[in-house]
Amino acid sequence: MSIFIDNSTTVIVQGITGRDGSFHTKQMIEYGTKVVGGVTPGKGGQTFENTVPIFNTMHDAVAATGANTSVIYVPPVFAADAIMEAADAGIKFIVAITEGVPVLDMTRVYPFVKEKGARLLGPNCPGLITPGQSKVGIIPGRICTPGHVGVVSRSGTLTYEIVYQLTRAGLGQSTCVGIGGDPINGTNFIDCLAAFEKDPHTRAVAMMGEIGGTDEQEAAAFVKQHMTKPVVGFIAGQTAPPGRRMGHAGAIISGSSGTAAEKLAAFEAAGMGIAKRPIDFVDLIKARLK
Amino acid sequence: MNIHEYQAKEILRAQGVPIPPGEVATTPDQAEAIAKKFGGTVVIKAQVHAGGRGKAGGVKLAKDPAEARAVAAKILGMHIKGLTVEKVLVTPAADIASEAYVGVILDRASKRPVFMVSPAGGIDIEEVAAKTPDKIRRLPVDTRYGLLGYQALELGFFLYDDLKKARAAGAIMQKLYAAFMQSGASLAEINPLVVTVAGDVVALDAKMVIDDNELDRRPEIAALRDESSEAPSEVDARKSNLTFIKLEGDVGCVVNGAGLAMATMDLVKYYGGEPANFLDIGGSSNPEKVVNALRIITADASVKAILFNIFGGITRTDDVANGIVTATRANPLKVPIVIRLTGTNEEIAVKILKDNGFSASADMDEAVKQAVALAKGGKAA
Repeated sequence: MSIFIDNSTTVIVQGITGRDGSFHTKQMIEYGTKVVGGVTPGKGGQTFENTVPIFNTMHDAVAATGANTSVIYVPPVFAADAIMEAADAGIKFIVAITEGVPVLDMTRVYPFVKEKGARLLGPNCPGLITPGQSKVGIIPGRICTPGHVGVVSRSGTLTYEIVYQLTRAGLGQSTCVGIGGDPINGTNFIDCLAAFEKDPHTRAVAMMGEIGGTDEQEAAAFVKQHMTKPVVGFIAGQTAPPGRRMGHAGAIISGSSGTAAEKLAAFEAAGMGIAKRPIDFVDLIKARLK
Repeated sequence: MNIHEYQAKEILRAQGVPIPPGEVATTPDQAEAIAKKFGGTVVIKAQVHAGGRGKAGGVKLAKDPAEARAVAAKILGMHIKGLTVEKVLVTPAADIASEAYVGVILDRASKRPVFMVSPAGGIDIEEVAAKTPDKIRRLPVDTRYGLLGYQALELGFFLYDDLKKARAAGAIMQKLYAAFMQSGASLAEINPLVVTVAGDVVALDAKMVIDDNELDRRPEIAALRDESSEAPSEVDARKSNLTFIKLEGDVGCVVNGAGLAMATMDLVKYYGGEPANFLDIGGSSNPEKVVNALRIITADASVKAILFNIFGGITRTDDVANGIVTATRANPLKVPIVIRLTGTNEEIAVKILKDNGFSASADMDEAVKQAVALAKGGKAA
C-alpha cells in the first residue's frame, strides 16, 4: 500500500523529448514506473527510446493509452498550460516538476484543475516515489527502500538527505512526496497527512517544512485533530533573515509571520515529535514505531 | 524583485491612477531645480528597498528650493538598513484630509490575489491587522474574472461613506489590480491613499514587489532592476544563476537545493557557528557554477571557513569535485574548506578530490562540526 501512486500507476510524460524530460523518463522506466506515453507537440507518431509512443497532444495520449497520471517537465512559461491540458484530457493525478512557474499563472490553474476533479502535485517539486513500485518525478530511487514511514516535504535535496538517513537506519518508506516550494501549489501537507492516515501500510510520518506561510501550522492543527499515527516534523530556515526569499519562492518570512519559531511552536502544541537536525528523524521515528 | 517607489508610481500612473507629479534627483542641485519647478513645499523621499524610510529620516519636507537642496544633501548617501540612498523622489506636498490603505497581495491560503483595504492608512498595515483587525476588509479575487465593478465599489464604501469618493477609490483599485496583473507582481500597495482638502482621492505612495518568475517574460519590468541598490555579491551571483543571500556569519556555505541550504545554515548555527550566506547552486550539473560560487564566497573577507554540502541527485558530485579543483587551482584558497558530498557518482568525486589533496566526508553533521571549528580558528576534529 501507499499513497497517490503504486504499481498500477500509468504515466504520460509531458515534455518527454526535452533535456530534463528525456533524462528522467529513462530513470523512471529503469525504476519500474509504467511510462505509457509522452507528449511533445510536432513529434506525434515517433517513439522515445524505441519503446514509448509520443503524441502531439494530451487528449491523443490519454485516448490511446488510458493513462491516469502525468508528469510535467516543460519550461516555466508553458507549465500552466500543460497542467490544464492534462486535467482537461482526463488525467486525475498531475505531477508538475517545472521550477520557476509564475505564481499568478497558478491562480488560474488551481481552480481549473479542481473543477476537473484532478489532483495536482507541485509545481517546483521533486515528485514522489513509492519504493519498489513506482516513481513519478526526479527523486533518486536508490536512496529509498520499501517500509512504513510516510515522508512529505516542501524541499527536494533536503528530502533526499532525510530519506537517505532513514534508509541507512533501516527505516523504509511507504511513499515519499515532495509538495514543492512554491507559494501556490496543488497538494499541501494536509492532503498528504490525510492520505497517510488512511493508508494501512504507513505507520509514522516524517514531515519537512520550511519558513514562509502557514501551511505547517495548519498541518499541525490537522495532526492534533485527525491523526492517530505519530508525526515527526522539521523546519528548515531557522537562521533565515526576514523579508528575503530563500531560494524557494515560498520561503520568505513576511513581517512576523512564517517564522520557524512559530511553526515549531505549532508542532509542539500538536504533540508532534520535533527533529532539531535532519539526523534526529531516525531516533524520533524509531521511538514512535515501538 | 523590489522596485522603487518612483518606478511603481510610473506603472500606476500609466494605468490612470491619480498620483501627484514627482521627479527623481541624484544630486542636491537637481533636487533644488525640481523644487523650484514645482514651487511651494515639497517632500523629499529616499528611494531605497527598505521599509521604515520615514522613521530612519529618509522622508522630509522642504518649504523652498534652498531647503530642498539642503535636505537632499542630507538624505543622498544616507544609510538605511545597510543600503545607501542613491536617489530621492521630489514631489509637491499634499494637503491631506484623510489617509487610507489599499493593497493587493498574492495570498497562499486562498491561492488568489487578495485585496486588503483599511480606512486606517499611512501606518504599518501589519500593525493595523494585529491591533484592530475590524478596520481591515479582505477580498480574494478570482483571476479568471478580475476585480469586478461591484466588488471594487464595496471596497470603496468600506473606506468612504460618500458615493463620489467610494467610486473614485473603487476605480483606483481596479487600476491597481490591472497594474498588479500586468507587471506580474506579488504585492502592490498604495499607502497612503489620501483624500485631499479639495476632496480628490489620490495615491501618495506606492510599493510593488515583482514575482522573480515573471521577469523572463516581462523584459520591460526586468529592466527596472536597480543593481546599485543590491549587494554586489548578490548581483554577481544572480548573473551566474546562483541564488545567494549574504548573512552576517563566517562559515561560507555552498549547497545544492534551497531546503538543504537552509537546513545546512541551521545546522551551522546548531553546532555553535554562524553562516556567512545562503547559497544554492541549483540542481544542474555544471562545474562552472561551483567555480562562480567559490569566487563569490571567497570575495567575502568575513568568511573564515568554507563548507560544501552536496547531495547528488540530478547534481553529479563528480562535477562539483571538478569545479572545486578548477576553482582552487586558478585561485588558491586562503581559508580552510570542508567538503561533504554523497549521492550520484560519489566514488568518482572522492577520488578526484583525493588526487588533488582534498578530503571529503559523507556525513553532514560531521562536516558542519568541522567547518564551525575551523571558522573559530580551531583544528578540524
